[in-house]
Amino acid sequence: MTDVTQIQTTTMPMRKFRIRWSDVGDHLVLILGSLFMLVPLLIVLQTTTTTDVATIKNGPELVIGDQFGVNFDKAMFEASGFSGENTGMSMLKNSLILGLGFALGKIAIGMMAAYALVYFRLRFATFAFWLIFTTLLLPLEVRILPSYEIAQKLGLLNSYSGLIVPLIASATATFFFRQFFRSVPEELVEAARIDGAGPVKFFIDILVPLSQTMIAAMFIIMFVFGWNQYLWPTMITTEEHMYTLVRGIKQITQDLEGTNIPEYGRANMLALIAILPPVLVVIFFQSWFVKGLTESDK
Amino acid sequence: MKRAGFTTRWLPILLLLPQLIIIAIFFYWPAAHAVQSSFYLQDPFGFGSTFVGLDNYTDLAGSGEYLKIARFTLVFTILVTFFSLALALLLAVKADKVLRGARSYRTLLMWVYAVAPPVAGFIGLIMFDQSWGPLTELARSIGWDFKLGVNFNDTAIAMVIVSVWKQVPVNFIFFLSGLQSIPKAVREAALIDNRSASGRFWEVTFPLLAPTGFFLLIINITYALFDTFGIVDTLVKGEPGNNPMTLVYKVYVDGFRGNDLGGSSAQSVVLMVLVLALTIFQFRLVERRIHYT
Amino acid sequence: MAQVSLQNIRKIYPNGFEAVTRTSFDIADGEFVVLVGPSGCGKSTLLRMVAGLEDISEGHLSIGDRVVNDVDPADRDIAMVFQNYALYPHMTVRKNIGYGLKNRKTPAEEIERKVVEAAKMLNLEPYLDRKPSQLSGGQRQRVAMGRAVVRDPALFLFDEPLSNLDAKLRNQMRIEIKALQRRLGVTSIYVTHDQVEAMTMADRIIVLNEGRIEQVGTPAEIYHSPASTFVASFMGAPPMNLINARLEGGQVLVNGGTPLAKAPGAGAVTLGIRPEDVELNAAGPLDFHVDIVEELGAHRLLHGQLAEQNFTIHVSKEIAAVPGATRVALKPDALRLFDVETGKAL
Repeated sequence: MTDVTQIQTTTMPMRKFRIRWSDVGDHLVLILGSLFMLVPLLIVLQTTTTTDVATIKNGPELVIGDQFGVNFDKAMFEASGFSGENTGMSMLKNSLILGLGFALGKIAIGMMAAYALVYFRLRFATFAFWLIFTTLLLPLEVRILPSYEIAQKLGLLNSYSGLIVPLIASATATFFFRQFFRSVPEELVEAARIDGAGPVKFFIDILVPLSQTMIAAMFIIMFVFGWNQYLWPTMITTEEHMYTLVRGIKQITQDLEGTNIPEYGRANMLALIAILPPVLVVIFFQSWFVKGLTESDK
Repeated sequence: MKRAGFTTRWLPILLLLPQLIIIAIFFYWPAAHAVQSSFYLQDPFGFGSTFVGLDNYTDLAGSGEYLKIARFTLVFTILVTFFSLALALLLAVKADKVLRGARSYRTLLMWVYAVAPPVAGFIGLIMFDQSWGPLTELARSIGWDFKLGVNFNDTAIAMVIVSVWKQVPVNFIFFLSGLQSIPKAVREAALIDNRSASGRFWEVTFPLLAPTGFFLLIINITYALFDTFGIVDTLVKGEPGNNPMTLVYKVYVDGFRGNDLGGSSAQSVVLMVLVLALTIFQFRLVERRIHYT
Repeated sequence: MAQVSLQNIRKIYPNGFEAVTRTSFDIADGEFVVLVGPSGCGKSTLLRMVAGLEDISEGHLSIGDRVVNDVDPADRDIAMVFQNYALYPHMTVRKNIGYGLKNRKTPAEEIERKVVEAAKMLNLEPYLDRKPSQLSGGQRQRVAMGRAVVRDPALFLFDEPLSNLDAKLRNQMRIEIKALQRRLGVTSIYVTHDQVEAMTMADRIIVLNEGRIEQVGTPAEIYHSPASTFVASFMGAPPMNLINARLEGGQVLVNGGTPLAKAPGAGAVTLGIRPEDVELNAAGPLDFHVDIVEELGAHRLLHGQLAEQNFTIHVSKEIAAVPGATRVALKPDALRLFDVETGKAL
């Protein structure tokens, strides 16, 4: 032992391995913060692996039970409502359609508008810009009832287009792409025009490929945003086969009441399924996500 | 607009059209309609309506319940904004400092961004479950009989905690990126000028984060006012009863459950004015915001 | 004011990269030392270790008679001027300059007096209440100087402070900084990759390459007697000519036989000569083929081939020159010989 230490001290005479207490404190704060974020999810996860009776009796435990598969089957394939149509499977499908449709719709509509605003000589460009901008002043929450009435009149209730289309007008996406298009060098349009590209060709052959990372960043944000929509789906979908996971969460909570043994396992499993896809997207595409979020600046 | 813009006439209009049509149908028309119906009293059975001038507004101002909800919303907004900003700032400063595990911490602290508010509310329900919720148990262990959905204050506290939990990640991401955009040399100059770490933080780092902070302040107020709808809705389990609620939730309850179209619309208009005020405030800040370049 | 001493200083990063190998040197009280070398040579790391912004992996650093390895930067009694100035963007010029003093609990009147004094010295008085974003590059540079000067430190550290200025301003500030340092007599360490700055400002130059010291000396010593081919080609513009030669029979031979000067030894060597130590001379011993004449106004540079190797000579403006064959003579006492293998001076 002594020999070893001696060798070490001779090869590295001056190196000190001090513990810095401020570093320890930093890590402590971060670990506590991470636990604050993570523990609720772990508890939800744990209860999906045990029987409901065990959960009620013991609360969350440090044990992984064997009921995960059972709860998964219940959540995915057993209906919870009256009509028997809102299984986890159908809600997952609806959530995916909403998330993808919402993201793609916002990007397409936003890019088109931004392209029109930046690259064309348009007399009412400023006016159009303000029309789009003012939508920031009108969040869904302040115009719920009349919006619902319109959707009803247009026969959009309980349809995918009713779920998605009213949500995809987007000042955020428009401004995000407008900002980016403005940063694209002026010479590019000039060169493209000299090379004989018209406005449509320029958009498809040059601008869209150039915007790839921007589109990816926007897509991630908007997918998560769309997946997590609650108020509009709550109003527009009254038939259970149209429920999304997030929309269905209210019914899930109501299932926890009333019945003799609340179905924690199934309910928590559904919550988990509602959480997982957007969380995975955010984690796997972290850098794009952060870029999109901090650069769109609303 | 670019110098060498295209001159085609029909194309830009075609490009703008989808956006403008949706905006007209689902933003302007409903908003105008809300303003209009705020001056009318609708017959409870849906047979026409009568013009009542500002009655709906004076009713609101005179309603003890509405004022109580407004007060709660104010307190709720302040608490949520303060705690989620403070906590996120603390975590961002630490995450910016550590070398080891920085990436893992970042992931662990931001994933909750992707959780939908009502799902966050659901997790709150589990954590505060009456029979076995860990936080209920914790409260009990210090002799506090926590009753979510029954006791007004307990429910309010749960709402604040869940709302903060849901909002910390956004603030964390922005604060961290704000911190990382402070030039390294400026921090080093401070290291030479000031021996006290807290002094360096409050006199150099914090003022340089101020633009990010102001921006987040507005975002957080908007969040607490509007985006917490899903949290409130799940935590009160769709039964407002005696439970605390925010102004936005009240619009929904009155309009959808109470069928008080006029009153609900007047409340919507009040909220529009609030958003307008916040936006103007934000722009004044952006205008005056010192561009540190 | 203080002398600075570095003893066996090393820097090893956690990933194992050795940025600075065991380095020792002393700086006398009031001396202006310039660390110069190409990027990545470890000069900035060395400076940052002296500042306390990087940990010292091994060795001792003392400022004055105090070992400061574990002393916080704020307690080392130093002032530093950064490459991008590192001004506090939210503070006025006045506050920027006074910030370090304020943190040392200096009374407010004294801060004000010192700040105004420094501002006067640097022609910054009209700008005291402006924010850095409202200043030009040169003015920001002066504020950074003011912030250093006002502290009255034992040691000034400069980290490429002029590299963001345009050429004209750079020349002007070079002279101002040097004059200021003379006047204040504060020991200074100045890092640059610009050999002109090093030559013009330094009392003593330390040339660094790949984390080790190549040579320490006065500008004249470094210029005239470079310790290695690296120093010979790094210092001076255009650099010293380096060509292959041979030692044989007590003579230096170039081009397979032309003897140039007496020198002991045998075998291949690298011969170095400064372009201005070569003269055009029709009777000279060596053929030189001029490819390009570079007109510089005060003088001309002739680039071409000597013994089939690239070679440059410097001639005054009076001497006419055209591309083509000519002959040159090398001043014998200006010849420098280097080992072919190690590049070290012989």
